[in-house]
Amino acid sequence: MSKELIRLVNCRMDFDGETVLDSINIYFNDSEFLTLLGPSGCGKTTTLRIIGGFLQPTSGDVFFDGVRINDVPPHKRRVNTVFQKYALFPHLNVYENIAFGLRIAKVPNKEIDERVTEMLEIVSLRGFEKRKPDQLSGGQQQRVAIARALVNRPKVLLLDEPLGALDLRLRKDMQNELKRIQQQLGITFIYVTHDQEEALAMSDTVVVMDKGRIQQIGTPEDIYNEPKNAFVADFIGESNILDGIMRADYVVEIFGRKFRCLDRGFEPNEPVDVVIRPEDVDIVPADSGHLCGTVTSVTFKGVHYDTIVDFKGFKWLIQTTDLHRPGEYIGIKLTPNDIHVMKKSAYSGMFGDYSSYSAEYDEINDPDAVIGGEETVEEALNNEE
Amino acid sequence: MKRLGKVWTVIVYLFLYLPMIVLFVGSFNDGRDLSEFEGFTLSNYVTLFRDTDSLALLLNSVILAVSSALLATLIGTFAAVGIHSMRGRIRSLVMTVTNIPLVNPEIVTGVSLSLLFVFVGRGLLHTENVLGFTTLLIAHVTFNLPYVILSVMPKLRQMDNQLMDAAQDLGCTPVQGFFKVVLPELWPGIISGAIMAFTMSLDDFVISYFVYGNSFVTLPVEIYTNTRKQMPPKFYAMFTLMFFVILVVMILMNVIQARDESKQKRRVKGA
Repeated sequence: MSKELIRLVNCRMDFDGETVLDSINIYFNDSEFLTLLGPSGCGKTTTLRIIGGFLQPTSGDVFFDGVRINDVPPHKRRVNTVFQKYALFPHLNVYENIAFGLRIAKVPNKEIDERVTEMLEIVSLRGFEKRKPDQLSGGQQQRVAIARALVNRPKVLLLDEPLGALDLRLRKDMQNELKRIQQQLGITFIYVTHDQEEALAMSDTVVVMDKGRIQQIGTPEDIYNEPKNAFVADFIGESNILDGIMRADYVVEIFGRKFRCLDRGFEPNEPVDVVIRPEDVDIVPADSGHLCGTVTSVTFKGVHYDTIVDFKGFKWLIQTTDLHRPGEYIGIKLTPNDIHVMKKSAYSGMFGDYSSYSAEYDEINDPDAVIGGEETVEEALNNEE
Repeated sequence: MKRLGKVWTVIVYLFLYLPMIVLFVGSFNDGRDLSEFEGFTLSNYVTLFRDTDSLALLLNSVILAVSSALLATLIGTFAAVGIHSMRGRIRSLVMTVTNIPLVNPEIVTGVSLSLLFVFVGRGLLHTENVLGFTTLLIAHVTFNLPYVILSVMPKLRQMDNQLMDAAQDLGCTPVQGFFKVVLPELWPGIISGAIMAFTMSLDDFVISYFVYGNSFVTLPVEIYTNTRKQMPPKFYAMFTLMFFVILVVMILMNVIQARDESKQKRRVKGA
């Protein structure tokens, strides 16, 4: 296992008496691609700024390589940042922007030239040395910002929603590019985003945050398949979240019927949240189903149909490749693999009911989306793909 | 209608610049009386450049204008940076306080500064002769400060606030970051503030009149206190030269501003 590089212990951050981070405990391993994921205002950028040294936690400790660095100013930390709006220096050309950190460190000119040229190669910007930042496209500025940070050979690169300002196409390209650079250089990347798809696609580890607290830490697969609570289940992908009762180890009761599952360790008859992913449900004829319900609406999404089914007043989202017409009475089959049981939490009952379903469900779940704004259009495009 | 508009424009500009033309012509007039042009001569200019007294006064004015402009620019730039980093409510309060001296009648500023200097001179320094270069300098810096602050503030607002973070992230101490990253962004505002301060200071009479001492007299003060007598024509020559110097400076300032604006526009387009 790779070694631990950064650790936050009980970090708390208050702004004007408002708690934006609440007892954050987390560690970052060497050469890891870790993503802080959450809606805006969840504290992910604050966490990043604490690591960068731009903020000091109200209480708690920050360790780098085992040394407490709470009081170490940003310019003495071995981390570099790619800022949200790039923050390139407008009066310097591309070459001098990238060389900036090396010049401050008084690296000999010859070495500066070699390292800047090498970085330009890595971010494919050879021939742009003399351009000023305002003569570059958004994607090119983004790559200069990455080169400017990486040329200093930091142990850790912090990225604050670096792809947020790019259009969808460019964003996908840059995702691959970033992942490639990270693997090529073997540097720890700490990446902040509110885009769950981006987080799942790029990360080794995902940290899901909400309301200043860490909700779950895990691999993308863990986070998706074994969400800890209703918030995580809903924020990452689509989920039907039902009330259930744990009758015994490996047995959960939903809608008065007992289902076999893979979860254990609950109190007998403990109320729980049950997550069923829309793509895991099999639709079968009504007479052979475990549960039966009526289709209320169908939306064509390209790869699949979003089918809303009413089970005794509770509406499920089911994604199938077969078309079922509204009004049709159908049955569903669930295997133990399809059922995931979670402990009740503060988020129980807030998510996972599709009674107010709209074809644009991503908008509802994305608190950052502005109706009619760019993101909505992109999300819509996303769904069409 | 369109022609009428053009004629009107010409009349307006004539109205604005006719006095300067009269002065310009008068400076080449071979005779004391402005009402009669008695032939072209450069003798006024020759007299001017031989008149060491007047040139010394002009030099005084330039020394005062340059030093007060430099000081005001230095103090004003840092003041602007400080004000910019304040929180919203306090910032707008401080900006209002900054703007008041701009609209305060000059005579009020002049008299109150004079009272202050005399008070400090008699009460604390025990001297009757406190007025001189220092008091002039303090007074000029005082009324120049708001102009500098007002021309630097917009540059700070346009600047990306993360630039300073980025500089520190790349190894700059906060001081290094200011000089290497923030200052280059502020230059156009600083220069136009300095030029404005220089021109305001060069021709100030009202405030200077109340705070000058016999040890250091500026050109405007000398001329105003002597206008009861007839003005020697050598001054027409001097004013003509001053007008052209200021004209060149103003054109230079406009060129700088225009270049800066087109840069801003490109930047907005690029983002």
